[in-house]
Formats: sequence, structure tokens, C-alpha cells
Amino acid sequence: MITFWNDLKKYKVLLLMLTPAVIFYILFAYLPMGGIVLAFKHFDYAGGIFGSPWNGFDNFRFFFDSGDAFRVTRNTALYNIAFIIINNLLQIFAAILLFEVGGKWFRKIIQSSLFLPYFISWVVVGAIAYNLLNYDIGTVNMVLRGLGMEAIDIYNTPAYWPYLLVLVSAWKGLGYGTVMYLAAITGIDTEMYEAAEIDGANIFQRILKVTLPNLYPTVIILVLLAVGNIFRGDFGMFYNMVGNNGLLFSSTDVIDTFVFRSMMTSNDMGMAAAAGVFQSVLGFVTIMAVNYAVRRYDKDRALF
Amino acid sequence: MSTTELSVNKSFSERSRIRKTDRMIFSAIGYVSLTIMALLCLLPFLLVVSSSLTNEDTILTKGYQFLPIDFSMESFKILFKYPGEIVHAYMVTIGVTVAGTLLGLFLTSMTSYALSRKDFKWRNKFSFFFFFTTLFSGGLVPWYLMIVNYLHMKNTLLALIIPMVLNVFYIIVMKSFLSSIPEAIVESAKIDGAGDFRIYYQLILPLSKPALATIGLFLALAYWNDWYNALLFVSDDKLMPLQYYLYKMLGNMDGMRKAMMGAGAVVTTPLPSEGLKMAMTVVATGPILLAYPFVQRYFVQGLTIGAVKG
Repeated sequence: MITFWNDLKKYKVLLLMLTPAVIFYILFAYLPMGGIVLAFKHFDYAGGIFGSPWNGFDNFRFFFDSGDAFRVTRNTALYNIAFIIINNLLQIFAAILLFEVGGKWFRKIIQSSLFLPYFISWVVVGAIAYNLLNYDIGTVNMVLRGLGMEAIDIYNTPAYWPYLLVLVSAWKGLGYGTVMYLAAITGIDTEMYEAAEIDGANIFQRILKVTLPNLYPTVIILVLLAVGNIFRGDFGMFYNMVGNNGLLFSSTDVIDTFVFRSMMTSNDMGMAAAAGVFQSVLGFVTIMAVNYAVRRYDKDRALF
Repeated sequence: MSTTELSVNKSFSERSRIRKTDRMIFSAIGYVSLTIMALLCLLPFLLVVSSSLTNEDTILTKGYQFLPIDFSMESFKILFKYPGEIVHAYMVTIGVTVAGTLLGLFLTSMTSYALSRKDFKWRNKFSFFFFFTTLFSGGLVPWYLMIVNYLHMKNTLLALIIPMVLNVFYIIVMKSFLSSIPEAIVESAKIDGAGDFRIYYQLILPLSKPALATIGLFLALAYWNDWYNALLFVSDDKLMPLQYYLYKMLGNMDGMRKAMMGAGAVVTTPLPSEGLKMAMTVVATGPILLAYPFVQRYFVQGLTIGAVKG
């Protein structure tokens, strides 16, 4: 106890410096964790979190029995799996090409172009998508009509959306990932390339036998980290691309958009909270599992 | 086995000639693919800019074009006819971005500094306290109720600033940067009698300019592009930031068109809604596109720091 008080005195300035951040995370993270009780309550505004009456597992039962739980969880996971695979492949492809091809200026211009979509908000992406895809005057449909083909009503056809969303995700994330992988490639020991050159390897062999194996650890880590977040949907993307267009929900609704709508539109706080808790627990279990996997693979790379 | 022998037997010049053709094939693939990818990333921006500069009738008959075939500043003129709301949204966004970035930088660096001090006994405990929030959360609803019902931030500027001011990822990046500053500097300052806060403020901050620049830009970008907090917490028109204003405008015009079509009206809106939307998009994104060439390298730097120790 005496050492504790001595430490407190010794570190008092450092502790004071940590205080704002500690308060921040208590207010915005730890206290809301206590709000999980809401998932087991019938929320009314008069009662608030603590005064509202308990209703056991009703919120969860409703969430699962309506079929929403299965639909949004499946969508969230499948979209994220598709994003992980396609985005990483494209990013690695672009990074390798960017490393091998072209002069300083070419690289600079290409990298700047690829990175640009990362900098705009999802609202703007939504506006651009609408420009390209809407039925009446969208560029895609104008081109189709120009070619004498039938225009397609994209905003009323759920089947197109998985492809579209994968495309948009790839488009927005390409630059970010390419820069990450480019950094990893640049870090590869040049002696390995020289050795491969002397052994008579052509460029394809060199990429296959030197670049990719050296990139492997980075890929594994980035992919595993992404897998840890597989139940977190990118709200900004889904909400701005799809909005409240109920026609598309069968193929575009993810947990995050569902929670948001339950809360803001249908005002069903209890079920929104239940869906949020479901997502949190699922996410927590996944991250722990992934971290365990990373630990086994490479201890230093584990998150904790 | 035989292939190996074969390649060994090939004359050197022949081998290097093969290597040259491989290289050429590869370069061709590389140049073409990269150029296509870059164009796909750029063209949508061109579409927006060109649509904003195109006459509304042309958009409605010919669709959005990559080059303005019927040049017109009409959309911008109408947009700025009553500039009150836009200018206001701009002020909100600029204010929130500046305040949020500065406050965020101060809190992030101060927190990271305390966590980076190796003689601080409880630093791992505190690090875990922060880190755990990225693993588990109470979900959107309790967080929302906390801000609205308990902190009463609805319809205040604070709701646009505070929820985003700290980010564990930035704390980790900053901490790993600060750990690279030699401890001897802190030690010698201590011997000279400087307090912990003074060491942070007068010694560490100036030394961390590169990391501050990078994190500051990430923060500024996040604040500039934020519409989510406004969607949740702002219903007062006076507090609308730029991106949310754009979001509202896109939605409203869509609603307007749909309502008119539902009422059986022929959609020849007198208001150039399509061009106007695009003009607004240009106005909301413009500053980012202008700053982009100058700040891009700091983002690249930041990603590289983050990649080393995420």
C-alpha cells in the first residue's frame, strides 16, 4: 500500500496526462459496455437505460426468429470475405507492378491516382455511383442504350449489388493497400533479387520465387487482422451506396446498417441493442481466435 | 533434370536475350494494367467535374458525360445564388476540422507520451485499458444513448468533435514513434529538473513533428469527411457540416424527383438538380483534391509507420 501511494506521487504528472484519455474511454467505451443490459430490456425513453423494464431474451428471440439475424450476419461475413480476397489480390498485383515497372514519374502519377479514392467521403462515392448507375441518366445505362441494348434498373435489382459493392470496396481501398504492400516489397533485401538474377531467373520466376514468398508474412498478418473484423460491416459504404432502399436489403443489409435502422428508423432500441451485442460478442470471439492463430504463426506479430 | 542441364548449356547471350523478352512482356503487362487501374480510379472524378459543368438539359437527354459537351456554369451559379447555407456548412466543417485535429493531436501525443515512458510502472496496464476498447464494445445503441441522453450532446458542435477525437490506432502509432526517441534525452532533462509535462511539451513535441504531421492529416481527413456523427446527432440546420449537407441534398432531390414521378408529372425539373448535385460534390471535395498532391506523402509515411507496428 505504501509503495502504491509512493508510486502515485512519483507518477502523478504522467497520470494526470493520461486522465483525459482515460475519461474519454470510460465515457465512450466502458460505460456503454454496461449499456448492454439494454438488450435484455424493453426500452422506453422515460425509463432510460436503468428504469426500463426487463424482458429477458425477447429482443434476441425477435431478432433471430424474424430471420434478420441470419440474413445480416451472412451478408456481413460474405461481403467481408469477398473484400478480403479480392482487395488483397488486387493490391498485391498493383504493388508488384508498381515496384517493377516504370520510372520515377510514372510511379508517382500511378500511385497518386490509385490512392485518390481513399481520400473522399462515402457520401461522395455514393453520389458518383448514382451518376454511373441510375436508370434514367446514369452513364452505364446511357452507354447501353447507345449500343442499342436494354437499360438495366440497377437500383431495383438486388442481384447486381454484391458485385457492385465488391467493386466499390476494391476501388476505394486499392491505393491504401497498394502503398502498404509496396512498403513491404521495398523492404525486401535487394541481395535476394541479385542472387536470383545471377541464377538466371527471369522476371516472372523472380516474382514467384522471391517477391511473393517474402510478402507472405505481411499478407498473412493483414488478412488475419481483416478476418478478425469479419463481422463488422463498413457502415459508411453500405449506407451511402444503398441508403434506405428496402428493395435491395436482401442482398445488401449488413449488421451495422440493420442496427442503425432498428435504432433510428423503427426506434426499436431493445432489438438494436440486442443485435449490437450479438455483433460485439461474435466479433470478440473472432478476434480472440484470430489472435491465437497469429500467435501460433508468429508470436511477435500477435496483437496481444 | 534435363531442363536444368538445358538451361546451363544455353549460352549466356541467349539467356540474357530470353530474359530481355520476358522483361518486355512483363513491362507491357505492367504499364497497361497500371494505366487502366489508374484511369478507373480517376475517371469517376472527371465524370463529377464534367457533369457539374454541363447544361442540365444535356445531362437529362444525354446522361452524364466524361467531358462537358455543353459547357455551362449554371449549376454553380444556382448553388451560390443563396450561398448562406453552403458557406455556413463550410464554416462548420472548417471549425470542426481545425478544433478536432488540434485537440486530437494534443490528447493523442500526451497520452502516447505517458505510455511510452519506460520508467512508468503502469504503462502496460493503461495500454491494455485503451486497447481493450478495440476488441469489445457495447454496440451502437448504448454509445448513442450515452452521448444523447447522458452527455446531452445532441445538436451541439461537441457531438461532431468529441466522439472522434481519440483513436486507439493513432495512440499506438504515436507511441511506437515516441519509443524511438532516445531515453537519454528524457533522462538529461530530468536531471536538469524539468517536470514530466514540460519534457513532453518542450522536448518531445518538437521532436515528434513528422508523426504529428501524419496523424494530424489523418485526423483532419476524418473530420473533413465525417457525416456519420452529423447523421446521428445533428438535426439543426445550423450545425450541418459539408458532407452531411451534401448527403441531405442528394437524398432530398432524389425524394423530390420520386415524389414528382409518383404524382404523374413529367420529369423536366426546372431546377438543374443533377448538375447541382455534382456542383455540390465538387464544392465539398474540392479542398481535399487541392491539398492532395501536397499531403499525400505524409499519408504514405503514416501507413508505413503503421505497417511496421500496427
